[in-house]
Amino acid sequence: MNLKLLGAALVVLATLVSNPLWAEEASAGDRTATGGAQTLEDIMARQEQLKVDESFRSENLGDPANAAPSTDQLGTNGGLSNSDVYRAIRYNEADVRTQARTPAATVLIQDGGMPWYKLREGPLITYGGLALLGIIALLAVFYLIRGRIKIDGGPAGTTIERFKAIERFGHWLLAGSFIALGITGLITLMGRSFLIPVLGPEAYATLAAGSKWLHNNIAWAFMLGLVMTFSMWVVHNIPNKLDWQWIKAGGGIFTKSHPPAKKFNAGQKIIFWTVMLLGFSVSLSGLSLLFPFEMPMFAKTFGIINSVLGTDLPAVLAPHEEMQYANIWHSIVAFVMMVAIIAHIYIGSVGMEGAFDAMGKGHVDLEWARQHHDLWVAEVEAKQGKGGSS
Amino acid sequence: MKVMVAGFVAALVIAYAAPMALNQFGWSSAEEYSSETSVRLDQSSH
Repeated sequence: MNLKLLGAALVVLATLVSNPLWAEEASAGDRTATGGAQTLEDIMARQEQLKVDESFRSENLGDPANAAPSTDQLGTNGGLSNSDVYRAIRYNEADVRTQARTPAATVLIQDGGMPWYKLREGPLITYGGLALLGIIALLAVFYLIRGRIKIDGGPAGTTIERFKAIERFGHWLLAGSFIALGITGLITLMGRSFLIPVLGPEAYATLAAGSKWLHNNIAWAFMLGLVMTFSMWVVHNIPNKLDWQWIKAGGGIFTKSHPPAKKFNAGQKIIFWTVMLLGFSVSLSGLSLLFPFEMPMFAKTFGIINSVLGTDLPAVLAPHEEMQYANIWHSIVAFVMMVAIIAHIYIGSVGMEGAFDAMGKGHVDLEWARQHHDLWVAEVEAKQGKGGSS
Repeated sequence: MKVMVAGFVAALVIAYAAPMALNQFGWSSAEEYSSETSVRLDQSSH
Protein backbone atom coordinates (compact mmCIF):
# COMPACT_ATOMS: atom_id res chain seq x y z
CA MET A 1 0.00 0.00 0.00
CA ASN A 2 2.73 2.37 0.96
CA LEU A 3 4.61 1.49 -2.21
CA LYS A 4 1.55 2.36 -4.25
CA LEU A 5 1.28 5.72 -2.52
CA LEU A 6 4.95 6.36 -3.07
CA GLY A 7 4.60 5.42 -6.72
CA ALA A 8 1.64 7.77 -7.14
CA ALA A 9 3.54 10.58 -5.45
CA LEU A 10 6.51 10.02 -7.76
CA VAL A 11 4.23 10.10 -10.83
CA VAL A 12 2.74 13.41 -9.65
CA LEU A 13 6.18 14.84 -8.96
CA ALA A 14 7.49 13.65 -12.33
CA THR A 15 4.49 15.23 -14.05
CA LEU A 16 5.07 18.50 -12.27
CA VAL A 17 8.76 18.52 -13.12
CA SER A 18 8.21 17.68 -16.78
CA ASN A 19 5.37 20.17 -17.22
CA PRO A 20 6.80 23.13 -19.19
CA LEU A 21 4.15 25.57 -17.92
CA TRP A 22 4.97 24.74 -14.32
CA ALA A 23 8.68 24.94 -15.05
CA GLU A 24 8.31 28.40 -16.51
CA GLU A 25 6.39 29.64 -13.50
CA ALA A 26 9.00 28.50 -11.02
CA SER A 27 12.29 29.19 -12.70
CA ALA A 28 15.54 28.52 -10.86
CA GLY A 29 16.07 30.88 -7.98
CA ASP A 30 12.55 32.30 -8.08
CA ARG A 31 10.98 31.58 -4.71
CA THR A 32 8.32 34.25 -4.68
CA ALA A 33 5.60 31.61 -5.00
CA THR A 34 6.67 30.11 -1.67
CA GLY A 35 7.32 33.38 0.05
CA GLY A 36 11.07 32.77 -0.01
CA ALA A 37 10.89 29.22 1.30
CA GLN A 38 12.27 26.32 -0.68
CA THR A 39 10.51 25.21 -3.82
CA LEU A 40 9.87 21.85 -5.38
CA GLU A 41 12.78 22.59 -7.70
CA ASP A 42 15.07 22.81 -4.70
CA ILE A 43 13.82 19.47 -3.42
CA MET A 44 14.14 17.79 -6.79
CA ALA A 45 17.59 19.24 -7.32
CA ARG A 46 18.70 17.69 -4.03
CA GLN A 47 17.24 14.36 -5.01
CA GLU A 48 19.31 14.53 -8.18
CA GLN A 49 22.38 15.11 -6.01
CA LEU A 50 22.73 18.65 -7.34
CA LYS A 51 24.18 21.33 -5.13
CA VAL A 52 21.60 23.78 -3.89
CA ASP A 53 22.62 27.18 -2.60
CA GLU A 54 21.31 27.07 0.95
CA SER A 55 21.81 30.77 1.66
CA PHE A 56 18.13 31.53 1.00
CA ARG A 57 17.36 29.81 4.28
CA SER A 58 20.67 29.64 6.15
CA GLU A 59 20.69 33.47 6.11
CA ASN A 60 16.95 33.85 6.59
CA LEU A 61 17.07 33.84 10.36
CA GLY A 62 14.53 36.56 11.11
CA ASP A 63 14.93 40.16 12.10
CA PRO A 64 13.68 41.36 15.48
CA ALA A 65 13.20 44.83 13.95
CA ASN A 66 10.49 43.39 11.69
CA ALA A 67 8.84 41.39 14.45
CA ALA A 68 5.09 41.16 14.37
CA PRO A 69 3.30 42.66 17.41
CA SER A 70 2.64 40.19 20.17
CA THR A 71 -1.06 40.85 19.72
CA ASP A 72 -0.97 39.40 16.17
CA GLN A 73 -1.63 35.82 15.30
CA LEU A 74 1.57 33.72 15.35
CA GLY A 75 3.63 36.59 16.73
CA THR A 76 5.92 37.23 18.38
CA ASN A 77 8.55 34.80 19.59
CA GLY A 78 11.30 37.13 20.74
CA GLY A 79 11.15 38.84 17.39
CA LEU A 80 11.69 35.57 15.54
CA SER A 81 9.26 33.04 14.16
CA ASN A 82 9.62 29.38 14.99
CA SER A 83 10.86 28.79 11.46
CA ASP A 84 13.53 31.44 11.94
CA VAL A 85 14.64 29.78 15.17
CA TYR A 86 14.64 26.33 13.58
CA ARG A 87 16.78 27.53 10.70
CA ALA A 88 19.19 29.21 13.09
CA ILE A 89 19.52 25.96 15.05
CA ARG A 90 19.95 23.93 11.92
CA TYR A 91 22.68 26.13 10.52
CA ASN A 92 24.42 26.46 13.88
CA GLU A 93 23.73 30.19 14.16
CA ALA A 94 21.45 30.10 17.19
CA ASP A 95 22.63 31.22 20.62
CA VAL A 96 21.89 27.86 22.25
CA ARG A 97 22.44 27.56 25.99
CA THR A 98 22.26 24.35 27.94
CA GLN A 99 23.02 22.95 31.35
CA ALA A 100 24.70 19.91 29.79
CA ARG A 101 28.43 20.32 30.25
CA THR A 102 29.55 18.03 27.47
CA PRO A 103 31.46 19.54 24.57
CA ALA A 104 29.38 20.49 21.55
CA ALA A 105 26.18 20.25 23.64
CA THR A 106 24.93 23.49 22.10
CA VAL A 107 24.93 22.00 18.60
CA LEU A 108 21.41 20.61 18.31
CA ILE A 109 21.36 19.87 14.58
CA GLN A 110 24.16 19.40 12.10
CA ASP A 111 23.51 17.97 8.67
CA GLY A 112 27.02 16.86 7.72
CA GLY A 113 26.26 13.40 9.03
CA MET A 114 24.77 11.88 5.88
CA PRO A 115 27.55 13.00 3.47
CA TRP A 116 30.08 11.65 6.00
CA TYR A 117 28.20 8.38 6.34
CA LYS A 118 27.89 7.95 2.57
CA LEU A 119 31.58 8.70 2.04
CA ARG A 120 32.51 6.25 4.80
CA GLU A 121 30.24 3.44 3.61
CA GLY A 122 30.86 4.08 -0.09
CA PRO A 123 34.12 5.31 -1.62
CA LEU A 124 36.19 4.85 1.54
CA ILE A 125 35.38 1.15 1.88
CA THR A 126 35.47 0.57 -1.88
CA TYR A 127 38.77 2.26 -2.70
CA GLY A 128 40.40 1.36 0.60
CA GLY A 129 39.46 -2.29 0.17
CA LEU A 130 40.61 -2.27 -3.45
CA ALA A 131 43.94 -0.76 -2.41
CA LEU A 132 44.52 -3.60 0.08
CA LEU A 133 43.49 -6.30 -2.37
CA GLY A 134 45.50 -4.54 -5.10
CA ILE A 135 48.78 -4.54 -3.19
CA ILE A 136 48.31 -8.19 -2.21
CA ALA A 137 47.65 -9.13 -5.86
CA LEU A 138 50.61 -7.04 -7.01
CA LEU A 139 52.94 -8.76 -4.55
CA ALA A 140 51.63 -12.17 -5.60
CA VAL A 141 52.38 -11.35 -9.23
CA PHE A 142 55.79 -9.98 -8.25
CA TYR A 143 56.54 -13.19 -6.38
CA LEU A 144 55.55 -15.28 -9.40
CA ILE A 145 57.78 -13.20 -11.70
CA ARG A 146 60.79 -12.58 -9.48
CA GLY A 147 60.52 -15.39 -6.97
CA ARG A 148 62.21 -15.21 -3.62
CA ILE A 149 65.26 -12.97 -3.62
CA LYS A 150 68.05 -15.30 -2.62
CA ILE A 151 71.47 -14.70 -1.13
CA ASP A 152 73.86 -14.78 -4.13
CA GLY A 153 76.21 -17.71 -3.65
CA GLY A 154 74.32 -18.92 -0.60
CA PRO A 155 74.66 -17.94 3.07
CA ALA A 156 78.11 -17.45 4.59
CA GLY A 157 77.25 -19.41 7.71
CA THR A 158 78.54 -16.67 10.01
CA THR A 159 76.31 -13.89 11.34
CA ILE A 160 76.55 -10.24 12.26
CA GLU A 161 74.37 -8.40 14.78
CA ARG A 162 71.85 -6.31 12.84
CA PHE A 163 69.52 -4.99 15.56
CA LYS A 164 69.86 -4.86 19.34
CA ALA A 165 67.09 -6.30 21.53
CA ILE A 166 65.71 -2.86 22.38
CA GLU A 167 65.50 -1.98 18.67
CA ARG A 168 63.62 -5.18 17.93
CA PHE A 169 61.35 -4.64 20.93
CA GLY A 170 60.43 -1.17 19.66
CA HIS A 171 59.83 -2.58 16.17
CA TRP A 172 57.58 -5.40 17.38
CA LEU A 173 55.72 -3.14 19.79
CA LEU A 174 54.95 -0.89 16.83
CA ALA A 175 54.26 -3.78 14.46
CA GLY A 176 52.08 -5.79 16.85
CA SER A 177 49.97 -2.80 17.80
CA PHE A 178 49.69 -1.70 14.17
CA ILE A 179 48.44 -5.11 13.04
CA ALA A 180 45.90 -5.13 15.87
CA LEU A 181 44.85 -1.58 14.98
CA GLY A 182 44.55 -2.48 11.30
CA ILE A 183 42.41 -5.55 11.89
CA THR A 184 40.14 -3.92 14.49
CA GLY A 185 39.89 -0.80 12.36
CA LEU A 186 38.79 -2.82 9.34
CA ILE A 187 36.26 -4.70 11.48
CA THR A 188 34.85 -1.38 12.65
CA LEU A 189 34.80 0.20 9.20
CA MET A 190 33.66 -2.73 7.10
CA GLY A 191 31.78 -4.89 9.60
CA ARG A 192 28.37 -3.45 8.77
CA SER A 193 28.83 -4.30 5.10
CA PHE A 194 30.70 -7.60 5.26
CA LEU A 195 30.50 -9.20 8.70
CA ILE A 196 26.91 -8.65 9.81
CA PRO A 197 25.58 -10.62 6.80
CA VAL A 198 27.91 -13.50 7.77
CA LEU A 199 27.97 -13.42 11.57
CA GLY A 200 24.61 -11.83 12.26
CA PRO A 201 24.08 -8.67 14.32
CA GLU A 202 24.42 -10.30 17.77
CA ALA A 203 27.83 -11.86 17.18
CA TYR A 204 29.04 -8.82 15.30
CA ALA A 205 28.00 -6.52 18.15
CA THR A 206 30.25 -8.47 20.54
CA LEU A 207 33.10 -8.47 18.02
CA ALA A 208 32.69 -4.76 17.32
CA ALA A 209 32.66 -3.85 21.02
CA GLY A 210 35.84 -5.86 21.59
CA SER A 211 37.44 -4.32 18.52
CA LYS A 212 36.59 -0.83 19.70
CA TRP A 213 38.09 -1.50 23.14
CA LEU A 214 41.29 -2.94 21.70
CA HIS A 215 41.59 -0.26 19.00
CA ASN A 216 41.15 2.59 21.49
CA ASN A 217 43.60 1.23 24.04
CA ILE A 218 46.34 -0.45 22.02
CA ALA A 219 46.75 2.86 20.20
CA TRP A 220 48.97 3.95 23.11
CA ALA A 221 51.35 1.06 22.43
CA PHE A 222 51.49 2.14 18.78
CA MET A 223 52.37 5.70 19.74
CA LEU A 224 55.04 4.49 22.18
CA GLY A 225 56.50 2.19 19.50
CA LEU A 226 56.49 5.10 17.05
CA VAL A 227 58.44 7.30 19.45
CA MET A 228 60.89 4.48 20.27
CA THR A 229 61.68 3.57 16.67
CA PHE A 230 61.91 7.21 15.61
CA SER A 231 64.39 7.95 18.40
CA MET A 232 66.55 4.92 17.64
CA TRP A 233 66.60 5.06 13.86
CA VAL A 234 66.10 8.62 12.66
CA VAL A 235 69.85 9.22 12.56
CA HIS A 236 70.25 6.28 10.14
CA ASN A 237 67.39 7.44 7.93
CA ILE A 238 68.58 10.86 6.86
CA PRO A 239 68.47 10.86 3.04
CA ASN A 240 71.83 11.09 1.24
CA LYS A 241 73.35 10.67 -2.25
CA LEU A 242 73.60 6.90 -1.87
CA ASP A 243 69.81 6.71 -1.75
CA TRP A 244 69.53 8.22 -5.23
CA GLN A 245 71.95 5.61 -6.58
CA TRP A 246 69.94 2.89 -4.88
CA ILE A 247 66.68 4.19 -6.36
CA LYS A 248 68.21 4.52 -9.85
CA ALA A 249 69.29 0.89 -9.62
CA GLY A 250 65.78 -0.07 -8.50
CA GLY A 251 67.30 -1.52 -5.36
CA GLY A 252 68.76 -4.27 -7.53
CA ILE A 253 65.43 -6.06 -7.44
CA PHE A 254 65.24 -6.74 -11.18
CA THR A 255 68.88 -6.29 -12.21
CA LYS A 256 70.10 -8.60 -9.45
CA SER A 257 72.81 -6.07 -8.72
CA HIS A 258 73.47 -4.83 -5.18
CA PRO A 259 73.65 -1.04 -4.96
CA PRO A 260 75.68 0.17 -1.98
CA ALA A 261 73.83 0.95 1.25
CA LYS A 262 74.53 1.76 4.87
CA LYS A 263 72.37 0.49 7.76
CA PHE A 264 69.16 1.37 5.90
CA ASN A 265 68.82 1.50 2.11
CA ALA A 266 66.55 3.95 0.28
CA GLY A 267 63.63 1.50 0.24
CA GLN A 268 63.82 1.10 4.00
CA LYS A 269 64.11 4.85 4.42
CA ILE A 270 60.94 5.33 2.39
CA ILE A 271 59.15 2.87 4.68
CA PHE A 272 60.61 4.59 7.74
CA TRP A 273 59.44 8.07 6.78
CA THR A 274 56.10 6.76 5.54
CA VAL A 275 55.51 5.11 8.91
CA MET A 276 56.76 8.09 10.90
CA LEU A 277 54.90 10.85 9.06
CA LEU A 278 51.68 8.95 8.47
CA GLY A 279 51.95 7.36 11.92
CA PHE A 280 52.18 10.81 13.47
CA SER A 281 49.22 12.01 11.43
CA VAL A 282 47.08 8.95 12.17
CA SER A 283 47.96 9.33 15.86
CA LEU A 284 46.82 12.95 15.88
CA SER A 285 43.51 12.17 14.21
CA GLY A 286 43.18 9.14 16.48
CA LEU A 287 43.65 11.27 19.59
CA SER A 288 41.04 13.64 18.22
CA LEU A 289 38.67 10.68 17.96
CA LEU A 290 39.66 9.28 21.38
CA PHE A 291 38.79 12.58 23.06
CA PRO A 292 35.71 13.73 21.15
CA PHE A 293 35.45 17.49 20.55
CA GLU A 294 38.54 18.16 22.71
CA MET A 295 41.14 18.32 19.95
CA PRO A 296 39.67 20.03 16.88
CA MET A 297 42.37 20.48 14.27
CA PHE A 298 40.88 20.53 10.79
CA ALA A 299 39.46 24.06 10.74
CA LYS A 300 42.87 25.46 11.70
CA THR A 301 44.65 23.16 9.23
CA PHE A 302 42.28 24.15 6.43
CA GLY A 303 42.83 27.83 7.32
CA ILE A 304 46.60 27.39 7.00
CA ILE A 305 46.23 25.50 3.71
CA ASN A 306 43.94 28.24 2.38
CA SER A 307 46.43 30.97 3.28
CA VAL A 308 49.32 29.08 1.65
CA LEU A 309 47.68 27.57 -1.42
CA GLY A 310 44.80 29.99 -1.89
CA THR A 311 42.26 27.17 -1.68
CA ASP A 312 38.73 27.56 -0.36
CA LEU A 313 38.52 24.81 2.23
CA PRO A 314 36.04 25.38 5.08
CA ALA A 315 37.90 27.19 7.85
CA VAL A 316 34.90 27.25 10.17
CA LEU A 317 33.64 23.83 11.20
CA ALA A 318 31.03 22.64 13.68
CA PRO A 319 32.43 20.32 16.38
CA HIS A 320 30.79 17.30 14.75
CA GLU A 321 32.24 18.20 11.37
CA GLU A 322 35.68 18.21 12.98
CA MET A 323 35.02 14.66 14.16
CA GLN A 324 33.79 13.61 10.73
CA TYR A 325 36.91 14.97 9.04
CA ALA A 326 39.09 13.30 11.70
CA ASN A 327 37.36 9.97 11.08
CA ILE A 328 37.70 10.12 7.30
CA TRP A 329 41.32 11.31 7.43
CA HIS A 330 42.16 8.64 10.03
CA SER A 331 40.84 5.93 7.70
CA ILE A 332 42.54 7.25 4.55
CA VAL A 333 45.94 7.53 6.24
CA ALA A 334 45.50 4.10 7.81
CA PHE A 335 44.77 2.55 4.40
CA VAL A 336 47.91 4.11 2.90
CA MET A 337 49.94 2.81 5.85
CA MET A 338 48.45 -0.66 5.53
CA VAL A 339 49.37 -0.79 1.83
CA ALA A 340 52.97 0.24 2.64
CA ILE A 341 53.24 -2.17 5.56
CA ILE A 342 51.89 -5.14 3.60
CA ALA A 343 54.70 -4.54 1.08
CA HIS A 344 57.16 -4.18 3.99
CA ILE A 345 55.98 -7.46 5.55
CA TYR A 346 56.34 -9.22 2.20
CA ILE A 347 59.93 -8.13 1.54
CA GLY A 348 60.87 -8.76 5.15
CA SER A 349 59.57 -12.33 5.16
CA VAL A 350 58.72 -14.50 2.13
CA GLY A 351 60.09 -12.00 -0.41
CA MET A 352 63.76 -12.14 0.59
CA GLU A 353 65.89 -14.94 1.98
CA GLY A 354 67.55 -14.01 5.26
CA ALA A 355 65.65 -10.74 5.77
CA PHE A 356 63.41 -11.88 8.62
CA ASP A 357 66.39 -12.87 10.76
CA ALA A 358 67.21 -9.18 11.20
CA MET A 359 64.11 -8.60 13.32
CA GLY A 360 63.47 -12.22 14.28
CA LYS A 361 66.86 -13.05 15.78
CA GLY A 362 68.73 -9.78 15.66
CA HIS A 363 71.59 -11.41 13.73
CA VAL A 364 71.76 -11.80 9.96
CA ASP A 365 73.94 -13.87 7.68
CA LEU A 366 77.15 -12.01 6.90
CA GLU A 367 76.84 -12.60 3.16
CA TRP A 368 73.27 -11.25 3.18
CA ALA A 369 74.49 -8.18 5.04
CA ARG A 370 77.38 -7.64 2.60
CA GLN A 371 75.05 -7.88 -0.40
CA HIS A 372 72.34 -5.55 0.92
CA HIS A 373 74.18 -3.27 3.37
CA ASP A 374 77.83 -3.42 2.36
CA LEU A 375 78.84 -0.02 3.72
CA TRP A 376 77.19 -0.75 7.06
CA VAL A 377 79.08 -4.07 7.33
CA ALA A 378 82.32 -2.24 6.55
CA GLU A 379 81.56 0.28 9.31
CA VAL A 380 80.80 -2.46 11.84
CA GLU A 381 83.89 -4.45 10.92
CA ALA A 382 86.05 -1.35 11.14
CA LYS A 383 84.72 -0.72 14.65
CA GLN A 384 85.24 -4.31 15.73
CA GLY A 385 88.67 -4.55 14.22
CA LYS A 386 87.88 -7.36 11.83
CA GLY A 387 85.37 -10.20 11.34
CA GLY A 388 81.88 -10.85 12.62
CA SER A 389 80.47 -12.91 15.38
CA SER A 390 79.03 -16.35 14.77
CA MET B 1 61.59 -14.52 18.47
CA LYS B 2 61.40 -13.94 22.23
CA VAL B 3 61.72 -10.21 21.66
CA MET B 4 58.93 -10.33 19.08
CA VAL B 5 56.61 -12.07 21.55
CA ALA B 6 57.68 -9.61 24.25
CA GLY B 7 56.75 -6.70 21.97
CA PHE B 8 53.31 -8.19 21.27
CA VAL B 9 52.67 -8.93 24.94
CA ALA B 10 53.82 -5.43 25.92
CA ALA B 11 51.33 -3.95 23.44
CA LEU B 12 48.51 -5.93 25.09
CA VAL B 13 49.68 -4.97 28.59
CA ILE B 14 49.72 -1.31 27.60
CA ALA B 15 46.22 -1.68 26.14
CA TYR B 16 45.00 -3.25 29.39
CA ALA B 17 46.64 -0.61 31.55
CA ALA B 18 45.72 2.40 29.40
CA PRO B 19 42.21 3.04 30.79
CA MET B 20 43.46 2.88 34.38
CA ALA B 21 46.38 5.18 33.62
CA LEU B 22 44.12 7.65 31.82
CA ASN B 23 41.76 7.75 34.77
CA GLN B 24 44.64 8.88 36.98
CA PHE B 25 44.81 12.03 34.88
CA GLY B 26 41.05 12.46 34.75
CA TRP B 27 41.02 11.61 31.07
CA SER B 28 38.05 9.58 30.08
CA SER B 29 38.54 8.15 26.61
CA ALA B 30 37.44 4.80 28.02
CA GLU B 31 35.05 6.29 30.58
CA GLU B 32 31.70 4.59 30.40
CA TYR B 33 29.83 6.37 33.12
CA SER B 34 28.99 9.90 34.08
CA SER B 35 31.49 11.93 36.00
CA GLU B 36 31.51 15.47 37.34
CA THR B 37 32.68 16.89 34.03
CA SER B 38 31.28 14.26 31.69
CA VAL B 39 27.57 13.63 31.59
CA ARG B 40 26.12 10.74 29.68
CA LEU B 41 22.50 11.39 28.97
CA ASP B 42 21.80 7.83 27.87
CA GLN B 43 22.46 6.38 31.31
CA SER B 44 20.46 6.88 34.49
CA SER B 45 22.21 8.69 37.32
CA HIS B 46 22.89 6.94 40.58
